[in-house]
Amino acid sequence: MLGYVIRRLLLAIFVLWGVVTVVFVVVRMIPADPALLIAGQTATAEQVAELRQQMGLDRPLVLQYAQYLGQTLAGDFGRSYTHNVPAIHLIGQVMPNTALLATLACAVAVVVSIPLGVLAALQVNRMGDRLVTTISLVIQALPGFWIGVVMLLVFSRTLKWLPSAGLIGPQSLILPTIVLALPFIAILTRLTRSGLIEVNGEGYINTARAKGLSELTVVFPHAMRNALIPIVTVTGLQFGTLLGGAVVTETVFSFPGVGKLLVSSIQLRDYNVLQACVVVIAAAFVVVNLLVDVLYAYIDPRVRLSK
Amino acid sequence: MNTAQPAMAPPRARRRASHARVVIPLLVIGLLGIGAVIVPFLYDYDPLHADLLVRLKPPGTILTDGSIAVFGTDQIGSDLFAEMMAGTRVSLIVGLSTLLIAGLAGGTLGLIAGYFGSWLDTILMRIADIQLAFPSILLAILLVSVLGQGILNVIIVLSISNWVIFARVIRSQVLALKSREYVEAARTLGASHFHIIFRTVLPGCIAPLLVIASVEFGYVVLAEAALSFLGVGAPFGTPSLGSTISAGTQYLSSAWWISTIPGLLLLVLVLATGVLGDALRDHLDPLLRSAR
Amino acid sequence: MTASRVASSAEAGHADAPLLSVRNLQVEFSTAAGIARALDGVSFDVRPGETLAVLGESGSGKSVTGQAVMGLLPRSAGAIVGGSITYGGIDLATRPVNDVRKLCATEIAMVFQDPLSSLNPVFRVGYQVAEPFRRRLGMGKREAWGKALELLRRVGIPDVETRIGDYPHQFSGGQRQRIMIAMAIALKPRLLIADEPTTALDVTVQKQIMALLADLQAETGMAMILISHDLGVVARVAERAAIMYAGRIVEIGPIREVYNRPAHPYTRGLLDSIPSAARSGGKLTPIMGSPPNLLTLPSGCTFHPRCRFANDHCRVELPKLRQPAGWASGHPVACHRSEEVLADA
Repeated sequence: MLGYVIRRLLLAIFVLWGVVTVVFVVVRMIPADPALLIAGQTATAEQVAELRQQMGLDRPLVLQYAQYLGQTLAGDFGRSYTHNVPAIHLIGQVMPNTALLATLACAVAVVVSIPLGVLAALQVNRMGDRLVTTISLVIQALPGFWIGVVMLLVFSRTLKWLPSAGLIGPQSLILPTIVLALPFIAILTRLTRSGLIEVNGEGYINTARAKGLSELTVVFPHAMRNALIPIVTVTGLQFGTLLGGAVVTETVFSFPGVGKLLVSSIQLRDYNVLQACVVVIAAAFVVVNLLVDVLYAYIDPRVRLSK
Repeated sequence: MNTAQPAMAPPRARRRASHARVVIPLLVIGLLGIGAVIVPFLYDYDPLHADLLVRLKPPGTILTDGSIAVFGTDQIGSDLFAEMMAGTRVSLIVGLSTLLIAGLAGGTLGLIAGYFGSWLDTILMRIADIQLAFPSILLAILLVSVLGQGILNVIIVLSISNWVIFARVIRSQVLALKSREYVEAARTLGASHFHIIFRTVLPGCIAPLLVIASVEFGYVVLAEAALSFLGVGAPFGTPSLGSTISAGTQYLSSAWWISTIPGLLLLVLVLATGVLGDALRDHLDPLLRSAR
Repeated sequence: MTASRVASSAEAGHADAPLLSVRNLQVEFSTAAGIARALDGVSFDVRPGETLAVLGESGSGKSVTGQAVMGLLPRSAGAIVGGSITYGGIDLATRPVNDVRKLCATEIAMVFQDPLSSLNPVFRVGYQVAEPFRRRLGMGKREAWGKALELLRRVGIPDVETRIGDYPHQFSGGQRQRIMIAMAIALKPRLLIADEPTTALDVTVQKQIMALLADLQAETGMAMILISHDLGVVARVAERAAIMYAGRIVEIGPIREVYNRPAHPYTRGLLDSIPSAARSGGKLTPIMGSPPNLLTLPSGCTFHPRCRFANDHCRVELPKLRQPAGWASGHPVACHRSEEVLADA
């Protein structure tokens, strides 16, 4: 297993480097002069030139890249143009909120999906299964931003049960969490269902039945323990979609998180913050994937006990 | 006496049901497509034309010239139905174009990587890994901020976001087919690479390609709508379901229909592609079967 | 009906009532293309302590027979539509599947074909062998583990104390099959059904496994049903043989009888097609044609398209199991022309 983990770690580091580099390249392509943006419209040409020199923008691209890499490793993304504080500070303020939201959404999705998926698998092609599958299909087709707006309309504006914006307390978390969790629920339910159905055809399930074990024991642990392996892997991948979904959800609910910061930084042309947000989100995704990979190696003894 | 559970529904009924799963979505998408072309034309829809006298009218209102605003009017007085159909037009154009570009580019790269292997394959997969490290909305947003808004840019951006999945699917299919006996046979008979690819490997890729295409179509449509909703997709002046919904959020309490109804349309469209994708998967490739 | 009475009068040592009595068992599978009769009126007995070999090609219904007895037919597709399976006075065919499952492992146990996929890859071997003790008998973990240790030692796993904590993929094919057997006999069943137990193994290992099964049978007195397509591998261990074709038993009797004096053209064909050292240098004689599609069975005798003895009567009427005229009893055949087949030998 150690060899596997090390290989995954190296891959993760490589991917992180790639992410950071891509951001560097893309942001450099934005048709705007950062020095001009910071200095403002009223600055003289000399002031702008001096600022450019200070920021290192006149040095060769390769050196800029090296400087950028170093700074990124140190967490220095420059200052926000709009708020004039280090970009990383802004992110630090809102990151915990997004992390909380994502974790809650994950938890909700797991708690809802797995029982539903098991139910569907046990009742293959019968009423229960058709119902669950249809609901999953519909949920998966829901535009995230739209259902968020609809929920806002119903629960916040019309019924006035829940707050519509900001983060005023735990009740502010309810709607965003549900909206964020929805696509995840759809996918996880289908995955659990198909994972169990696939496992059901495997020989050892027949063996378990031949041992006279109760159907419940056949499902938990025999089937589930095996179906869990692909479920865990795909869950890790879905986490990235969750993070992406946060961008939209936070905008709809004006939730003070990294997603909303990202969107507003685009509208305000605050490129340092934009850069920082993208790198942080992508990095989080890579780290989560790495953790999921390691977890997977641990769960599957065929991998755990190999080199 | 029969102790086992009752057997499945008689085969003919099942086959009819599964045919319906392909036909009905196609009908829906077809209808929407026709509507998208005709309706804005019939209504003389102009996104820049404001008629403030009839703004924010609820669905079913009879307007001054006797026509019925089936779904009401929006904040600048445009008929919502026409606006929705115009937005659908954009969605369909973006969806199809992206599928075409991403599918061709991604499929070709995947084919090359899978068939020729070695360093080509490794490089491609590493690039894919890096790209997949970005949640796709993120990548799209990042690229749009570089390229600026506009439908063409959205198509480009979404193609870049999505080529990877086509590449991966084709690649794994090619890898699976490469070791099949009929491909080996062709090779031992001295067939050229070209021949092998086009005659033996490519036909086997069509089925998964169709399945992925139908799923991706729905996804791309949703992505374009999301980008437009956030204000980084369709520019002002180009109708889009996403931006219509976004504009409607300011009038949620007074004119709920502006945000709600276009979303339903979007839902129906994406749902149709999802069902179609599932049905295609079951029909075309038993190996990919979603465990029915 | 005739078969069992005939069989019982021929059996010398086993005078007791049959342990398992299958009568006219019919199983149907509903597929996308129609309904397939996997078993079309199968009848046989198994006496306590005896070994019956059920032989045939793929699709003959031999595995389905074993599955039907154990209540393991795939629920969504297969169903018992007629006949009876009598064990211990109860008709298993009419009982709900859950009741039948209660007999599994404690009375009737099964060993499957591919030990790699039949063992759960994520659980330790000790856990899986101990499971019947823990779940069915309610034994404590430690005691059950001890029993598992004993069992694994009995079936010949070397270095048991260490290996009991290993996972299935860490064992060889033969060892995995031994583990399966250990699991199956754990609760001392009176009948063991082995579905192609050696098919996935090397030839040398096949012999070892067969010897192990024979050993265990001698020790415990359990009866065995050996399902296989390999006539040779069961020859030493089985006392009686039933040859199956297209969902029916076409010949049944003491194994020496059936092998030396086959009365059905199919059995003749199977035996003739075995490459034999005694006939080296000659051509192989396979049975011409291929097994029938269960959805579109030939009329009359289902074997007639491949049979060199077939006449018009064979094409029209399905033969029932009967005693060939003029031959010793205890060896019924389902063939109109069995007398000619026997005379042709």
